[in-house]
Amino acid sequence: MNAGDTILTAVALPLAGAVAIAFAGRINKNLREGVTLVTAAALAWTVASLVPLIYAGARPAISITEVVPGIELAFKVEPLGMLFACLASGLWIINSIYSIGYMRGNAEQNQTRFYTCFAIALAATMGIAFSANLFTLFIFYEVLTLSTYPLVAHKGDEKTVRSARVYLGILLTTSIGLLLPAIVWTYIVAGSGDFTPGGILAGKLEGPAVGLLLGLFVFGVGKAAIMPVHRWLPAAMVAPTPVSALLHAVAVVKAGVFTVTKVIIYVFGIDFLFAEPSSSWLVYVTAFTIIAASIVALRQSNLKRLLAYSTIAQLSYVVMSAAVLKPFAEIGAMTHMVAHAFGKITLFFAAGAIYTAAKKTEIHQLHGIGRRMPWTMAAFTIGALSMIGVPPTGGFVSKWFILAGAFQAENYLVLATIILSTVLNAAYFLPIIFMVWFAREKSSPDINHGEAPLAMVLALTITAGLTIGFFFFNGPVLELVGPIVGMKP
Amino acid sequence: MINWAEHLPALQVVVPMLCAPLVVLLHPRGFAWAAATLASLFAFVISISLAAGLLRGQTYQYNMGSWAPPFGIELRVDAFSALMLLIVTGASTITLFAARQSIDQQIEEERQPLFYAAWLLALSGLVGILVAADAFNIFVFMEIAALSSYVLVAGGPDKRALPAVFKYLIMGTIGATFYLIGIGMIYLMTGTLNLADMELKIHEVADQKPVLAAAGFITIGLALKAAVFPLHIWLPNAYTYAPHMVTAFLAACSTKVSLYVLLRLDFFVFQANLSEHDIQFSYFLMPLAVLAMLVASVSAMFEQNLKRMFAYSSVAQVGYIMLGASLVNQAGLTASIIHMFNHALAKGALFLVVASLAMRFSRLRLCDISGAGRQMPWTMAAFVVAGLSLIGVPGTAGFISKWYFISAVLSEGAIGVALAIIIVASSLMAVVYVWRVVETAYFGVPQVGAIKISEAPFSIIIVIWIAALANVYFGLVTDVPVMLGTMATEALMGHLR
Amino acid sequence: MELLGLYHYWVFAVLLMIGFYAVMAKLNLIKKLIGLSMFQAAVFLLYITMSKVDGGTAPIIQNGAENQLFSNPLPQVLILTAIVVGISTTALGLGIVVRIKEEYGSIEEHEILEVDRQ
Repeated sequence: MNAGDTILTAVALPLAGAVAIAFAGRINKNLREGVTLVTAAALAWTVASLVPLIYAGARPAISITEVVPGIELAFKVEPLGMLFACLASGLWIINSIYSIGYMRGNAEQNQTRFYTCFAIALAATMGIAFSANLFTLFIFYEVLTLSTYPLVAHKGDEKTVRSARVYLGILLTTSIGLLLPAIVWTYIVAGSGDFTPGGILAGKLEGPAVGLLLGLFVFGVGKAAIMPVHRWLPAAMVAPTPVSALLHAVAVVKAGVFTVTKVIIYVFGIDFLFAEPSSSWLVYVTAFTIIAASIVALRQSNLKRLLAYSTIAQLSYVVMSAAVLKPFAEIGAMTHMVAHAFGKITLFFAAGAIYTAAKKTEIHQLHGIGRRMPWTMAAFTIGALSMIGVPPTGGFVSKWFILAGAFQAENYLVLATIILSTVLNAAYFLPIIFMVWFAREKSSPDINHGEAPLAMVLALTITAGLTIGFFFFNGPVLELVGPIVGMKP
Repeated sequence: MINWAEHLPALQVVVPMLCAPLVVLLHPRGFAWAAATLASLFAFVISISLAAGLLRGQTYQYNMGSWAPPFGIELRVDAFSALMLLIVTGASTITLFAARQSIDQQIEEERQPLFYAAWLLALSGLVGILVAADAFNIFVFMEIAALSSYVLVAGGPDKRALPAVFKYLIMGTIGATFYLIGIGMIYLMTGTLNLADMELKIHEVADQKPVLAAAGFITIGLALKAAVFPLHIWLPNAYTYAPHMVTAFLAACSTKVSLYVLLRLDFFVFQANLSEHDIQFSYFLMPLAVLAMLVASVSAMFEQNLKRMFAYSSVAQVGYIMLGASLVNQAGLTASIIHMFNHALAKGALFLVVASLAMRFSRLRLCDISGAGRQMPWTMAAFVVAGLSLIGVPGTAGFISKWYFISAVLSEGAIGVALAIIIVASSLMAVVYVWRVVETAYFGVPQVGAIKISEAPFSIIIVIWIAALANVYFGLVTDVPVMLGTMATEALMGHLR
Repeated sequence: MELLGLYHYWVFAVLLMIGFYAVMAKLNLIKKLIGLSMFQAAVFLLYITMSKVDGGTAPIIQNGAENQLFSNPLPQVLILTAIVVGISTTALGLGIVVRIKEEYGSIEEHEILEVDRQ
């Protein structure tokens, strides 16, 4: 089939899978898990089939319908979207393997609803990755918010429902209140919302209006968790760990920073934004977010909340380096999307494994657990090192590019922020690593436990491998995203 | 050989009207319902063919008894009328298809033929307003529709409907009488009642006091009927205590028909002819629209009864429509007209869901339907879809209206930004009151001692889902409402140049 | 300004406002309906005065008579329709009042609200 149909398949396949999962769930749970895995594999294969086209310079597109006169529901694949789609579809497979282990290991309720909503969320993610204009992106962005709500509220008890309300409330408020007006304003000013290399606003908007529009976009994309619209992220930690992994690594936050990056590159245009002084506030806001989130993370005792604040900081890495507006920095932003995904998903998988095997959630309970769960904690260590940015992990690669971009722009604030936050990351991760391997276990543990279920260990080993692998094999990614900023790696 | 096609505009009014007394005679079980549904379906099919013809470029003008206007009575169907006809006849037909069991539960069998007869009279009255091309016939049909609606609203088992209907009657009659005074004054000054003729003749007497007074009377009278804030106080109680299917029908169309008359008279007749009228219209109606959107949404957020909550939501939505119209430009008016269609879809579906819930739950407060998501999954799933359309989530019809509204106000400079903020704020309030219901239904615990609740009857579920899916369909394939809306705006605004 | 010459409009206005006042201020439902009828009757008067032509006669063509001046028949016809509407409304209103009396035991507005409040 031609490329246009492939794109449609990529979006429709998870939806069809969701329906199939819902039916399979009534018949047999093994059938249901099988359908999930098959759908995920099929999606990854479909998405991968588009990659050679992008390498060759083609930009396949397909338009579905004209919803409002002049505004279409349309898809167009370009390198950044391709990267995001590959990342999401690939990690879905691994996340599904992990979910099977987690859900069964914890004997969770409502598993069919879980897998079904997961599939719908992935369909929305594909829609975001492949959208050709702001309108299409907004539609799938909202679908993502709504389809992840049942996942966040999975447990169904009162505390969870309240936190899920915060999640939905912040995301819907920012998207309806800030993002929608920003999109409409763009359409009015520029006459269209199509993503175009070089941006569509040059010459159409100037002065403080540019900064204001940028602000509406950045804060309107609540999924990018820039302070002060970040509160939904810690609140969403009430979700089961596979959902947290999905939120933080596979889909939701990545959709957020993807949207912000795409808007900066394809709606505003790097050069246009660089020339406009009113947009320089973004670097300051993201720098603040990074430092503030890292400091809050230092004071957390719950492992998942610490990882949540770490994610907030890491997301602002992406946006901050995108805001530096120099080619190396843009590459850094895009590669950090990948590196953080691999690293963070590993960390969350490890946190879930610890909960499943030992029922422990607080950091101070983890003394010496490395000896009981060597595979899990080894993966955790690799993920943590990647967050800090130590070679040979993927985090080092992206940090390298971000620093290079900061030098290129002579932006010393960015340099200082990166250095300071690296120190802070080390400050909260290294003690944990030390404690889990070298400290003595506190008296007798409540449960005499070993490693987590096989499916979970398998998943986190793969993602840890990817984290290290990204350090060595990042060529393909660089080749993919280089052309966006006109660079040949 | 009678060419039936020629008489379509008139048939649409006449057939339901003639069926009404026939329905009274049909006493066997279910016959009255079947006859009413058939008559309504007939009117719906006619309205679809009229709309299709209009989109092809045909125009419809019909002279009753072949007397030529302006002395004869003229019926005219243009894009605005066609869109409204689709809404009214569609709402009636779809609601009637689902109505049988709900009405069986609420109204005694002996009275049902009378009830369905009143429904058909209301339908023919509403349709008549939409096709009439002269002001007095609009009044007559308006009163036919109003009187039948009073009967419908009072038909249910709840005794609180009676004071509610009394208030509705008083306020509705005052509104209609104000309208009558207004057109009387216009007749005094221009000597004609035919709308097209009025539009020409009013040039000569423009800006004279009786005409200005007439504009005032007509606007206020129709605002009373349309539940424009602060003349909306009859609406919450009337919608809450009416039989549930009646609420679904009336919420979808009755206030919108009065808004139709208001917009047509105002833009067609008054705007071009009275200098500064557009500014007065704006200055007067925009604050009222804004208040409606804010105050009514806040009231909805604090309301515990499901029906009253959505009744307040309807008042807020009328505010949206008036906001778009008060911008007095192409974009705003198009947004308002399209919103009439989209809101009818969303609110109609929501009230159908409420009717379905009422079939199983004895009371409709939030705490009573706790846990309904698990006991009535299909019903609540349709609620979620229709609720998302009311909020304006992309992919639904409500989003299209929201897009048009925000585009229209953002082109208006500083005040546009303030209006955009208000539109967004009231959307967010809609999120709150819709999501409260979703949360209670899906995550709440069923009432202690509640009898086992099962899903609603299949016939109702089918209709609810058709309505809910229509919201999604018209959120993605918007040709018909957008084209008809644009044509309607051009016809209305054309006179301003 | 010929104030006295416009006396028919004054009658219309005064009657309108008396009726409107009764509708709003009276608590007894029947009195409200009476006010409503007066309100509508005022409008009928407006239409009828507008149809009267000075020196005009009833609008019936008489064979053989020349140069006849007729009052305008149209508003008279309109008002017949409006009177019918008014009668229906009043009848319906009174029917509702009867039902309210059956259900609530009273036709005073404040007492009805009391019953509902409990």
